[in-house]
Amino acid sequence: MDSKMIAVAALVIGAGAGFFIGKGNKEVVEVEKIVEKTVEAKQTSTLDAVRAKGFVQCGVSQGLPGFSNADDSGKWAGIDVDLCRAVAAAVFGSGDKVKFSPLSAKQRFTALSSGEVDILSRNTTWTMTRDTQLGLNFAGVNYYDGQGMMVPKSLGVKSAVELDGANICTNTGTTTELNITDYFRSNNMKFNLVAFEKADEVVAAYDSGRCDVYTTDRSGLAAQRTKLTKPDDHMVLPEIISKEPLGPVVRQGDDQWFNVVRWTLRALINAEEMGVTKANAAGKASSSKDPALLRLLGKEGKFGDELGLSNDWALNAIKAVGNYGESYEANVGPNTPLKLDRGVNALWNDGGILYAAPIR
Amino acid sequence: MNWKSNTLTKFVNDANVRGVFFQVVLIAALVFFFFWLTDNTLTNLRNQGKSLGFAFLSGTAGFQISQTFGTWLFDYKVGTSTYLDVYFIGIANTLLVAVLGIVAATVIGFTLGIMRLSNNIVFRAFATTYIEMLRNIPILLQLFFWYFAVLRALPGKRNKLEIIPDLIGMNITGLYLPAPLPQEGFVYSVIAFTLAVLLTFGVSRYAKRVQARTGKITPVFLIGTALIIVIPLITFLATNSPLGWNLPEFKDTGPMLRRGYQAGSGMILVPELIAVWLALSLYTAAFIAEIVRAGILAVSKGQTEAASALGIRPNFTLRLVVIPQAMRVIIPPLTSQYLNITKNSSLAVAIAYPELVSVFAGTALNQVGKEIEMIFMMMMVYLTVSLITAAFMNWYNSRVKLVER
Repeated sequence: MDSKMIAVAALVIGAGAGFFIGKGNKEVVEVEKIVEKTVEAKQTSTLDAVRAKGFVQCGVSQGLPGFSNADDSGKWAGIDVDLCRAVAAAVFGSGDKVKFSPLSAKQRFTALSSGEVDILSRNTTWTMTRDTQLGLNFAGVNYYDGQGMMVPKSLGVKSAVELDGANICTNTGTTTELNITDYFRSNNMKFNLVAFEKADEVVAAYDSGRCDVYTTDRSGLAAQRTKLTKPDDHMVLPEIISKEPLGPVVRQGDDQWFNVVRWTLRALINAEEMGVTKANAAGKASSSKDPALLRLLGKEGKFGDELGLSNDWALNAIKAVGNYGESYEANVGPNTPLKLDRGVNALWNDGGILYAAPIR
Repeated sequence: MNWKSNTLTKFVNDANVRGVFFQVVLIAALVFFFFWLTDNTLTNLRNQGKSLGFAFLSGTAGFQISQTFGTWLFDYKVGTSTYLDVYFIGIANTLLVAVLGIVAATVIGFTLGIMRLSNNIVFRAFATTYIEMLRNIPILLQLFFWYFAVLRALPGKRNKLEIIPDLIGMNITGLYLPAPLPQEGFVYSVIAFTLAVLLTFGVSRYAKRVQARTGKITPVFLIGTALIIVIPLITFLATNSPLGWNLPEFKDTGPMLRRGYQAGSGMILVPELIAVWLALSLYTAAFIAEIVRAGILAVSKGQTEAASALGIRPNFTLRLVVIPQAMRVIIPPLTSQYLNITKNSSLAVAIAYPELVSVFAGTALNQVGKEIEMIFMMMMVYLTVSLITAAFMNWYNSRVKLVER
């Protein structure tokens, strides 16, 4: 009985092995072909996949007023949200064909590289490590930020160099942990870091007095300050301890989609420079004589084709969310609760550093 | 010809032959599945321009970690400590809260379980209310409750709530205790303590033999307590009391930022640890109480009646007759609860307790981006800890289980 069973086992294994060896070479070639096809498909697929499912899946924050925040009815708004709507409008002609995935700082890159979202537009800092090691590409900068610190006024501190021995609250999975560590090390000061996973918990802990200092990007401080019980009892210290260029991120290896996102952002900035707004875009497209403007709005040249989009891609994007300046004023500008001046985020010819490559 | 086909039919219809055939097919399918899984992962990683490897572990971690047991144990220093240190710190903090949680949940759970069977209506009602409330509220909510509700109730950083004046006090930044500072010669007291414990075990075994032979009961508990206290104490005094205390220091003058408990004085339990510990042990205690109740009820009433017929007093009946038999029912589900505590400790990431998920799969993962390796390493920790806990409990179970004769 035993020898019989061994015989069967040997037979099956032998047959299997023979089959594989026999087909071996042929199969390897076939497998390679399939792999190549998948790679090709992958490399060109984001735009096609987005078209096929009918909407852009956009990774945003879990609630950062002015950047990406859902209101009481669940409608998302913010400067990062506007960028996603602009991309959706460039692809589909309508800024509503977008769905949002709220992501924590920790989840965001994994969500993007696993294909769960098509764009990550979540106040994400462009750093070399992220650009080179995470398999990601930054499509540009939509807000030039810097890390700051907020303290209660009652602490009587005027500058960050007085903060030796402080308890500092922040959230995990961001560059802020590294920057604050560097700053305190370089100033030879001690501190204790309490790092939460979500921004809401950081605000709650800081508000209850667990920490003396709340550190994150200055735009984030302005946004989170509105959530404190007494916002006026707190102040942002003057020091800016890091460079934080925030921008949209896509997966590496899909140049077409990368270009779509990159040039949508540039189109919005160029639109502000040329004075094209949400209200006058359609009119300018039919009446203007300025060739640069006509190229932007798709009346001259085939710039949409080059991206794999229709020629009125930029016009649609501007009609959906307005130009960069309009989006800024509506979401984070001086007339919003965030009260952030344009500062370095003004256009290059207006004292800032926003300078978009031309469309031609 | 006839003979041949006959043999073949027999061969094909043989149950054993078929069994082996399908086993081999199944194994081949499994091997292929895992091969496909690995190949798929590698291909996708290559397409994203990433590679697999553990070289990142020796890289320097450039971020601060909240000062806790782990950072103290591994002497964490920003700029010199590596990601491997971060991994160990995460493990240490996870294990700390798991062990503390298991001990507390067991004590509270057993007490509640026995209370729930008590004849006293107040005890019974309290235990029932506790169990039904706590086991029906999700643990994450309880965690937030303990952290935020209780945290806000505590005095601020510049004030304190003194539990024992000058020795133990707390405020929103944590619970401050005196830190022991062992000095030269303290090791003798530790040795004396170990010897006393071993001696007590010896006495206990001897007492059992005496009881079996003569029926005389030796007061092992009293003798043991005396031994464990007296021997180390004499050694301690004889070696000139080699233990200092670093008391928590509180200042309420000077610049605003410097007021409050001073860094580096005393020992601090951060509120994050306290909240996780409370939430885990109180939540799991409700489940353990039900397990204990089930275990005790599983011992038939006849056992108690037989014991009292033999003239055994009620508290001895519980200790010598009921509990040992109940343990057989209690241990297997209790093991699951211990495993739950270990795994639920990962929820602590939500309130900034620097355990494994928070510092390693959170902060460190975000800096180096090695998802597969790091999540794998993290899973291995939980798997190992769970398997060790399970192995220990199985060993204990086999010791207490019914010995059939």
